[in-house]
Amino acid sequence: MGRKLLTEHINVPGIRNLDTYRKHGGYETLKKALGMKPEDIVEEVKKSGLRGRGGAGFPTGMKWGFLAKPEGVPRYLVCNADESEPGTFKDRYMMEFLPHLLIEGMAIGSFALGCRTSYIYIRGELMYVFHILQEAIDEAYAAGLLGKNILGTGFDFDLNVHCGGGAYICGEETALIESLEGKRGNPRIKPPFPAIKGVWGCPTVVNNVESIMAVVPIIRDGGDEYAKIGIGKSTGTKLISACGHLKKPGVYEIDLGLPVEEFIYSDEYCGGIRNDKKLKAVVAGGSSVPILPAELILKTAAGEPRLMSYESLSDGGFASGTMLGSGGFIAMDEDTSIVKNLYTFTRFYHHESCGQCSPCREGTGWMEKLLHKILDGHGTLQDVDLLWEIQSKIEGKTICPLGDAAAWPVASAIRHFKSEFEEYVRNPQNIQKDRHYYRVNNINPELV
Amino acid sequence: MSENKEIKFSEDALALVSRIINRYPEGRQKSALLPVLHIAQAEFDGWLSPAVMDYVASLLNIQSIEVYEVASFYSMFNLKPVGKCVVEVCRTGPCWLMGAEDIVKYMEKKLGVKEGGTSADGMFTLKTVECLASCGTAPMMQIGETYHENLTLQKIDDILDGCRNNVTEPIAHWRKNKIKA
Ligand SMILES: Cc1cc2nc3c(=O)[nH]c(=O)nc-3n(C[C@H](O)[C@H](O)[C@H](O)COP(=O)(O)O)c2cc1C
Ligand code: SF4
Ligand code: FES
Repeated sequence: MGRKLLTEHINVPGIRNLDTYRKHGGYETLKKALGMKPEDIVEEVKKSGLRGRGGAGFPTGMKWGFLAKPEGVPRYLVCNADESEPGTFKDRYMMEFLPHLLIEGMAIGSFALGCRTSYIYIRGELMYVFHILQEAIDEAYAAGLLGKNILGTGFDFDLNVHCGGGAYICGEETALIESLEGKRGNPRIKPPFPAIKGVWGCPTVVNNVESIMAVVPIIRDGGDEYAKIGIGKSTGTKLISACGHLKKPGVYEIDLGLPVEEFIYSDEYCGGIRNDKKLKAVVAGGSSVPILPAELILKTAAGEPRLMSYESLSDGGFASGTMLGSGGFIAMDEDTSIVKNLYTFTRFYHHESCGQCSPCREGTGWMEKLLHKILDGHGTLQDVDLLWEIQSKIEGKTICPLGDAAAWPVASAIRHFKSEFEEYVRNPQNIQKDRHYYRVNNINPELV
Repeated sequence: MSENKEIKFSEDALALVSRIINRYPEGRQKSALLPVLHIAQAEFDGWLSPAVMDYVASLLNIQSIEVYEVASFYSMFNLKPVGKCVVEVCRTGPCWLMGAEDIVKYMEKKLGVKEGGTSADGMFTLKTVECLASCGTAPMMQIGETYHENLTLQKIDDILDGCRNNVTEPIAHWRKNKIKA
């Protein structure tokens, strides 16, 4: 059984409300933190080894340490609740049921960083969660947990929630900052980094929902205690959003280092593949990370069991590995068309490209068109080579990582499933017959 | 919206807008633009006409072009009239794996529209959207602020009937009942 540092109380009825949250120890850690020196809080987070849970895995304590602190200039902590990476739905679940855990984490983080005002940026589609957060914030103000002189400690702190308008790119931290300023979500050229010049030109830290929530158990138990969980540089617990053809999709809190095989097949987690089909492939960390065939997700190229950790998932580089990313775990059964699944991803990146860089704006469009042509039965073997060519010309040549995120799924699908592309080209008539996805009325009724 | 209806937010909406503006530093009222555009869709039939966007610009004391360029960037803002219920079906990988394509086809047939169109009775607009962070309960769709998950064809019938019987005025993502002074 993995530890439940974040989700321990998530099933308690009424935990969304302040009273119930406090009955289960809620805001005790804030009380503790406000009695500590801000720099000691940052030190605990460094000791914990916590790495950003938004996708890039950058050490949170180090990021906090980089924040510039010029005299007389406000600084901001901004929570990234944009959660739009296909396959990822953990932040939504956590905010819906445990809004106060996020508020408590935001208050502790803001105190540690010296922020007097902070923001939670939530994607606009999650409007119902936006209202849940607003209600929880109102409750916290009424109880003196936000606002002036919090818990009589003299710490003044305002927390606001801000909603987006529907744009994946606003999850990229500089686009998010632009969006928070009321502009189009065009990523900024770095440097300057947000730690120096972020929202309204002020030093800013942007952190994922889960990273901020994890600060609460870290301060409660101490960074060393947190670092005991996990494996190597992958410390602590991680929320995994599991979806696709699994018997039990959902959000799971795991100890980092759990074997992938156990995660997929054990009853404690996903319970295996629906209808007892065979596993064909997995996208392990949200749509942006390379897809791996079943044999490589279960075992590394060297034959070691693959673990759910930053290091193990990336073992072998892109030749045979992938990334933990945001923890969006998408499983596909033996009947799945890798090409068609890829097409939906590429269409997504084309739709979401902000359009500033030509390789990303044009390249994603060309890749979508080529995949459409191949799926339509009009593709040629040269088209497959051209796809490879195009993706290689996007990667590393753009302002923000969305370009890479669009290229990697294409590269990895061709790398590991080239024969399937060729089959579409050679025998389109065979492919058209098979739909390659679950027919809605065939969904196992038990799972609905 | 009829031509001569005066473009002005309700008192409750105006009070809410000024509270939202106060969340940002002095002089940074432009930051309130996205929330205010959502409120505008709630107040004005679920879409943003140029006149409504001009009004939003005046509320925030910014240029109209600053509103147009933002409204056209984000997918949640409708720049053309829409039906009372905008049905947004997720089509991205994880939902596609679970049959989103069936859902879209079924809806097109049932509503007699193509993706992007509005049904003849003005009740439904069908949109396809990208991942809504609900992949574990795929296939799914959103109407207003509500997520409808683990869809089956039967469930869709029930949801659409429910809309037909209960929805009398357009619903936006920021529901009118959440605009309180
Ligand atoms: C295209 C793109 C989309 C992103 N979307 C998200 C997101 O939805 N949520 C998130 O937390 N981080 C997202 N990120 C990562 C952020 O830029 C940033 O690294 C993260 O919020 C930092 O928080 P962390 O260090 O706590 O992970 C995205 C990055 C890119 C390039
Ligand atoms: S890589 Fe794509 S999304 Fe990122 S800035 Fe360039 S065009 Fe915009
Ligand atoms: S793919 Fe449909 S909700 Fe994520």
